[in-house]
Amino acid sequence: MTFAAATNENLASISNLLIYSAMAVYTLAFLAYIAEWLFGSRSKVGRTAAALTQKTGAKAPAVTVKKAGGTAVLERPEVVVRAAAGARDVPDGPGAHGGDEQGDLYGRIAVSLTALAFAIEFGGVLTRALSVQRAPWGNMYEFNITFSTVAVGVYLGFLALKKDIRWLGLPLITSVLLDLGIAVTVLYTASDQLVPALHSYWLYIHVSTAILCGAVFYVGAVGTILYLFRDSYENKLATGGKPGRFATSVLERLPASASLDKFSYRVNAAVFPLWTFTIIAGAIWAGDAWGRYWGWDPKEVWSFITWVAYACYLHARATAGWKGRKAAYIALIAFGCWLFNYYGVNIFVSGKHSYSGV
Amino acid sequence: MSNTETETGARAEVEAKASAAEDSDLGAAGSQLSTAPREDAPNLPSLGVIGWARWFWRQLTSMRVALLLLFMLSLAAIPGSLIPQSSQDETKVADFLKAHETLGPVYDRLGLFHVYSSVWFSAIYILLFVSLIGCIVPRSWQFVEQLRGRPPRAPKRLDRLPAYATWRTGAEPEQVREAALKVLRQRRFRSHVAGDAVAAEKGYLREAGNLLFHIALIVMLIAFAWGQLLRSEGTKLIVEGDGFANTLTQYDDFKSGSLFTPDDLNPFSFDLKNFRGTYEATGPNKGTPRTYEAAITYAVGADGEEKSTTVKVNEPLEIGDSKVYLVSHGYAPVVTVRDGSGKVVFSDAVPLLPLDANVTSSGVIKVMDGYRDAKGKREQLGFQAFFLPSYGGEGTAVVSQFPALLNPVLNLEPYHGDLGVDSGVPQSVYRLDKSHLKMFEDSKGAQLRENLKPGETMTLPGGAGTVSFDGVKEWAGFQVTQQPGSGWALAGAVAAIAGLAASLFIQRRRVWVRAVRGADGLTVVEMAGLGRSESAKLPEELGDLAGLVHDAAPAAPERNADLGPEPEPDPASDSDSDAHVAPAEGAEKN
Ligand code: HEM
Repeated sequence: MTFAAATNENLASISNLLIYSAMAVYTLAFLAYIAEWLFGSRSKVGRTAAALTQKTGAKAPAVTVKKAGGTAVLERPEVVVRAAAGARDVPDGPGAHGGDEQGDLYGRIAVSLTALAFAIEFGGVLTRALSVQRAPWGNMYEFNITFSTVAVGVYLGFLALKKDIRWLGLPLITSVLLDLGIAVTVLYTASDQLVPALHSYWLYIHVSTAILCGAVFYVGAVGTILYLFRDSYENKLATGGKPGRFATSVLERLPASASLDKFSYRVNAAVFPLWTFTIIAGAIWAGDAWGRYWGWDPKEVWSFITWVAYACYLHARATAGWKGRKAAYIALIAFGCWLFNYYGVNIFVSGKHSYSGV
Repeated sequence: MSNTETETGARAEVEAKASAAEDSDLGAAGSQLSTAPREDAPNLPSLGVIGWARWFWRQLTSMRVALLLLFMLSLAAIPGSLIPQSSQDETKVADFLKAHETLGPVYDRLGLFHVYSSVWFSAIYILLFVSLIGCIVPRSWQFVEQLRGRPPRAPKRLDRLPAYATWRTGAEPEQVREAALKVLRQRRFRSHVAGDAVAAEKGYLREAGNLLFHIALIVMLIAFAWGQLLRSEGTKLIVEGDGFANTLTQYDDFKSGSLFTPDDLNPFSFDLKNFRGTYEATGPNKGTPRTYEAAITYAVGADGEEKSTTVKVNEPLEIGDSKVYLVSHGYAPVVTVRDGSGKVVFSDAVPLLPLDANVTSSGVIKVMDGYRDAKGKREQLGFQAFFLPSYGGEGTAVVSQFPALLNPVLNLEPYHGDLGVDSGVPQSVYRLDKSHLKMFEDSKGAQLRENLKPGETMTLPGGAGTVSFDGVKEWAGFQVTQQPGSGWALAGAVAAIAGLAASLFIQRRRVWVRAVRGADGLTVVEMAGLGRSESAKLPEELGDLAGLVHDAAPAAPERNADLGPEPEPDPASDSDSDAHVAPAEGAEKN
C-alpha cells in the first residue's frame, strides 16, 4: 500500500494563523473604511442634488471646437460625449470620502490595509495548498477562503487599473469578514487529501473558474444593490422628493445610478461566458468521473438555474422596457441562485457533489 | 419604441417627451444596429384564425416571451433538485412515497419524481426552442441583408449622437471625405461615401457571434436529446481474473433510452487482471480512499488484438462511443466447501457487498448442487457471510477498522436444507431465503458461527463437511455507458462559448464623417459615433479616428473666436432623417 503525500500539519497550522491574521487586518481595513465614510459626511457634497434639480434641457449646446488660440497648434479635436436619450445626466458622486481630505486619507489607509490583508490571506491559502499539495479547493472551508481572496483580488485589480471603485470597499470587506467568519467557525475542516473522484485536472479548471465567477458575480451584485438605492434616491430628487439625511449623505457620494448600472452590467456580462465555460467544464468532468456529462444532480440543476437566470438578465437588458430596475432585480435573483447553489445545495440537499465537508 | 418607454413610469415619460423630439432625428442611423426583434405592444388582432395564428407566432418569437420562458425554465427546474428523482435514486423515491401517503401520489401524478422528463418541463423547453428557432431564422436573414447592404447615411444632426467632434479645415470637403474613407477602411470599418458624408460601420462579428450562440444552443439540445434516446448504461461486477463481453446478457443491471436496440452495443470484451486501492493511513480522515486502479486487458471486436490498460476513477476506458468506468470495488473471499466424504462441492471467489466506508462486507455463499450430507442425502448449503478486511481483534465490534486487507477475517454462519432457488422466483445472489433452511448448531445448541482467517478451515458438525477460507480476491464494479452525440454536444458548447464571447465583448458601432463648406469658405468637418450601448470605448475610438482624419485635414487657425461653430448642414441630407424610428439601440436607457 502506498500513501499519498501526507498532510503537512505544520504548514496547515501556519495557514490557520495567516487566515486569522488576515481577518484581523481586514477588521482594521473595515474600520478605516468606516472612518472614510464618517469623515466624508462632514463635507457638503450636494453635487447630485444640484445637478438633479437643474432644469432639464438646459444643457449647453454640445458642440465644441478645439480652440487653438492664435497659433495653430495642431491638436486632436475634442470629443464631446453626450448621455443617451432618456438617461439622467447626473455626475458621479465623489466617493466615500466626499471630497474631505481626512476622509480621503482614511480611504487610502483602508485600501493599503486591504492590500496587506489580501497578501496575508493569499499566503494563508497558499500554505493551505502546500500543506495538502493540491489546489486549496477540496472542501467548503477552503472554497470560502479562496473565494474571498479572489473577490478582494478582483477589487484590488480594478483599483490597480485606475477604476475608481473605492466605494465598493466597505460592503466588500464587510462580507469578506462574514465569509471568513463562517469559514473558520462553521466550515472548518482539517487539511486533508482528496477522495479519488476529485483527482482530476478538471478540478483545477472547473473549480478555479467557479470561484472566480462567484467572486465577480458577487462584485456585480454589490454594484446592483447600490444601483437600486442610488436610483431611487435620484428618482426622489428628480420628482422633487426629499430623501432622508442619512440616505443623502451616503448616496450622494456614490457614482451616478447610470454608472453603477453600467458597472454591474459589464461585470456580469464579462463573467457570463466564463460561467458558461465553468458549467461545461463541469459537465466534461462529470462525463469522466460519473459516466454521464449531465444528470440533473442538484448542483448541476442549480448551476443551470443560475445560468438561465443570468441569461434572463442579459436578455432583459436587450429588451426595451426591462432595463434599469427590472433587470437589476433579475440580476439579484440570479446571484441569489448562485448563493443557494453554494451554501444551500451543499448544506441542505444531498447529491453527488460531496465536497462540502460539513 | 416610445410605447415601451412609458412603462418605466412618470419620470421616464417626462424625459421621453423631452428627448423624443431630438431623438427622432437619429432615425435610420441607429436602425438595424442589431437584429434583435422589435417589441410591439400586444395589440390583439381582429382578423380571423390566420390573424390569431400570426399574432401568436409573433408573441412566441418575441424577446418578451423568450424572457418569460427562460424564467419559467429556471423555476421549473427547481423542484427536481429538492424532491428525490427516480432517475437518480429509486430507493429515495420509494422512501418518500412511504413517508408521505397523501402528498406522494399527488407528486407522482404531477411527474415530480421525474421532473426533467415530465410533460410540463418538456413543454417549456420545447416552446423555448421553437421560439428560439422562430427568432433565429428571421434574424439570420436580416443579418445577411445587413451584410449585403451598406451602413446607413449620416443623420442630419451629428451633434446629437453620443460621441461627437468637429473642427474646420482649409482642406476641400472631397479631400476630407477621401481621407476619412481611407482612415476608416484602414481600421477595417465597412465604409462608403453617401451624400456629403462618409458612413462606416464595424463589429458585425457581434451579431454573428450572437446568432452562433443561439444556433449552438439548438445543436446542444438536439445532441442531448439524441444521446438520451439512444443511451445505454449497464453495470457489471468482475472479480480479479474474470472477464466481461459487451452483450446484454452479461450485465448485472442494464438501462437504456427508448430508441436503443441491443445491436447498438459496441463489440468489445475485457478481463480484470488486478484491482488496487490505497487509503489514508493516519489523521482525522484515516481510511478515506486515495486511489483506485483496475488493471485490465481488453480487445475490440470479436477477434481484436488484446491490449492492457488501467482504468481509474476519473479515467474511463473509451471504446468507440462507449466508456468503461470504474465505479465500485469490494472483496471476494475464496471459499472451498467439501462434503462429508471430502469431495469438493464448491470452490470459488464470492463477491461480497461493502456495508460501510471500511468495507465491512456481507453476502451469501450458496452451494446448490452436488452436496450430500453425512447420511448421503441430497441437500443444499447456504452461508451467511461477513467479511472484515481489518478485524480489530478479540472483543472488538464486528466491523472492519480499515478498508485495506490488514487483518482479514471471514465470519460464516452455515445453514442446510432447501435454498428455494428452484421455485422459479428470481432470487438475489446476495440474500439467503431461510424459510426452508435449518441452522447448524454449535456445542451449546446455538447457531454455529465462526471467524476464519485465510488458510483456516471450519468443520461442520456431525460430519457434514468442511469450509475453508483460502484467500481473498478483490472485485471491481464497472459501469459501461454508451451515449452517442456527446461529440456534438461538446462542439455545440464550444461554439456557444465562442459566440457568446464575440457577442458580449465586441461592440457594433457606426461612425460618420461629414465635410461641408461653411459660410466662411472653410470646410466644416463633423465626426460622430453611435454604438448599441454607451461605452467609454466609443468616444475613445472616435477620438483616435478624429486624430487621424485631423492629421490629413488639420484645423485652420481660428480667425474669429466669436464665430459660432454651428455647422450648416447641406439641405440635401435632410431627406435622410426618418422621423419615425427612435434610436432604439443608441439609447441605453436607465
Ligand atoms: C434557450 C434559451 C436562450 C438562451 C439561454 C439565450 C441566451 C442569451 C444570452 C446569454 C444573450 C446575451 C448575449 C448578448 O447580449 O449578445 C442573448 C442575446 C439575445 N437573445 Fe437569447 N437566449 C435564448 C433564447 C432566445 C430566444 C428564444 C430569442 C428570440 C426571441 C432570443 C433572442 C436574443 C437576442 C435578439 C439577443 C441579442 C440581444 C442583443 O442584441 O443585445 N434568445 N441570448
